[in-house]
Amino acid sequence: MFANLILLIGITLMYSTPLIFGALGGVISERSGVTNIGIEGMMVIGAVAAATTSYFTGNPWIGFLAAGACGALVALLHAVASVSFAADQTVSGVAINMLAPGLALFACRRFFDGAAMSPIAPKLPKILGESGLAGTPFANLNVNVTTVIALLFTAIMWFVLYKTKWGLRVRAVGEHPAAADTLGIDVYKVRYCCVLLSGMLAGFGGASMTIAIIAQFTQTAISGHGFIAMAAVIFGKWTPFGAYGACLLFGFTQALVIMLGGGDFVVPSQILSMLPYAMTIIVLILFVGRSVAPKADGVPYVKGSR
Amino acid sequence: MSKLEKFLRGRFAAALVAVLVGFAISAIVLAAAGYNPIGSFAALFNGAFGKPKYIANVIIKATPILLTGVSVAFAFKTGLFNIGAEGQYILGTTLATIVGVKLNLPMPLQVPIVLCAGILGGAALGAFVGWLKAHFGIHEVITSIMCNWIAFYLCNFVVMSDTFHKPNSTSALQVNGSSYTMILGNWKKSAEGKAFLKGIPWLREILAKTDLNYGFIIAVLVAILISFVLTRTKLGYELRAVGFNRDAARFSGISVERNIVLSMLISGAICGLAGALTITGISPHTITLLAAMESYGFNGLSVAFIAACSPLGCIPASILFASLIYGGMSVQQVMGAPSDIINIMIGTIVFFTALPGVTPMLADMIAKRRKAQEDIRVSKDGTPLPEKEV
Repeated sequence: MFANLILLIGITLMYSTPLIFGALGGVISERSGVTNIGIEGMMVIGAVAAATTSYFTGNPWIGFLAAGACGALVALLHAVASVSFAADQTVSGVAINMLAPGLALFACRRFFDGAAMSPIAPKLPKILGESGLAGTPFANLNVNVTTVIALLFTAIMWFVLYKTKWGLRVRAVGEHPAAADTLGIDVYKVRYCCVLLSGMLAGFGGASMTIAIIAQFTQTAISGHGFIAMAAVIFGKWTPFGAYGACLLFGFTQALVIMLGGGDFVVPSQILSMLPYAMTIIVLILFVGRSVAPKADGVPYVKGSR
Repeated sequence: MSKLEKFLRGRFAAALVAVLVGFAISAIVLAAAGYNPIGSFAALFNGAFGKPKYIANVIIKATPILLTGVSVAFAFKTGLFNIGAEGQYILGTTLATIVGVKLNLPMPLQVPIVLCAGILGGAALGAFVGWLKAHFGIHEVITSIMCNWIAFYLCNFVVMSDTFHKPNSTSALQVNGSSYTMILGNWKKSAEGKAFLKGIPWLREILAKTDLNYGFIIAVLVAILISFVLTRTKLGYELRAVGFNRDAARFSGISVERNIVLSMLISGAICGLAGALTITGISPHTITLLAAMESYGFNGLSVAFIAACSPLGCIPASILFASLIYGGMSVQQVMGAPSDIINIMIGTIVFFTALPGVTPMLADMIAKRRKAQEDIRVSKDGTPLPEKEV
């Protein structure tokens, strides 16, 4: 029983980590007023970049950084479309979600002789080393280092958004860009920064799947994680720690799927697999009415317009 | 205004530019990865239109994405973003299979019932998303994506269930033969039909070697019907009013909640029909275990956007994308380039249709330059400026 509980906590932390990165990306982008549906696509790009770079360099940390850089590069597309060209942000995000998996698989097949998955790549370490706590009941609490990084990033984002001048500017731009503009804040610059950051974080999210949880890129490594992360942003009321908590909840349902799947329960695995998605809908029904989006979220800002 | 300017301000130019940019970017990606772009595009074109059989297959491929495209376009016109087309399509295939396997009536009864089952599945899932939006204010994009995955696993559950699983395979049982909708399906396999087709090679190739079915005709009729409903009926007016301005619609006595649910229901029904037509129209006439999303719904999004969300525009758009997707498979066979390049191309095209300002901006530039040239000419001649056209 106790061992199962520890296992449950371990798996929850493990599976919530990619979601947390994705959700933080969503928070920063939406706080500046840009809806980012493309989180999923950016995570896929991060996933393939991490596995490929880690495989070829042998250093997972370079893979992790490459994932962030590639995610930001894809986010640049979204930023150009939604900030500079005042495009429909949903359509642009959807386009990125189509473009990115194509690009990811194309790259994967190019690098690995037509295979839709990468070979096993070096993984990021666990916090206490490969065999930390081995043999003790707490072995499953030796989580991936990305889990700690995710928590750290959440705290940093909270501090930046609420305790610094720059954070205040981001929030102002997301609530009332015209007012922010009259105070001399460069709305476009702030939004560009936030969307790029969002892509970088989503890229890290992809990396924390392919070089921490599993050790390779596969076609289904990222399957809907970006969208669950977006739901977590709403459930978490567009705050870093709120989103963090929401992701833990979704990670918990994932953990339940795994624990129940391996047990004596006679629930078919396909039905169990629906749990995280059904849970997302239920959670949204229960909580969404009470959360209020940033006022200018999803509205392109055109200088001088009223 | 010159002809070029007028053209650039039209919707067709925006679509054309998006397609051209899509090709250009894919060419760059192909070249960068070490493949010959010209050869790849030749293989693409040849693979889509090289033989009568290929053209028939393009039409078959176009059927589901035309319907999902019309579905997305319809929802978009009413202010909703139906990214759940994928799940509604999957549920359509699933329910059509369940009914088609369990029921064995004469064809004139069987086919409509199987199609209705699919429509019902899609409509139910669509209406659910609409209900969540109308009553809880949850953004339809998130709920419909969750529903996509739920439909995905539901389909796999049915495939693997004891009642429907076909032993030693990864698919469910085939629907009964009375549900098939292939053109001249029985005749082309009869001795008489075979003898007749032997004399006409191209017709034999189209009929005997492909699953050419009535689906595309039905899909075109649906596109026309939806276009009519949107522009010529009270229902369409109300739906679009809700899409344009929710508050104004509510103020004039239109029930916003009812219309949101209704819009998603219709949109889902069209996707469900697309799924059912796939089951009745093409082999293996059943659902198989899904490993990843099959993208019929997501391609519908591309079709709708390139058509600027006009249901009728979806007809040529679906042919375009079907030829890209079908022809794209031979890019891999002939050139060895990953066929995922087609997804990159389609993604790029959609991305550029999201930038509505590009072609009008070009028109502005041309207008400005012409004006500047006119000014120069005027000052050289020393004659006064001609009266401006109004």
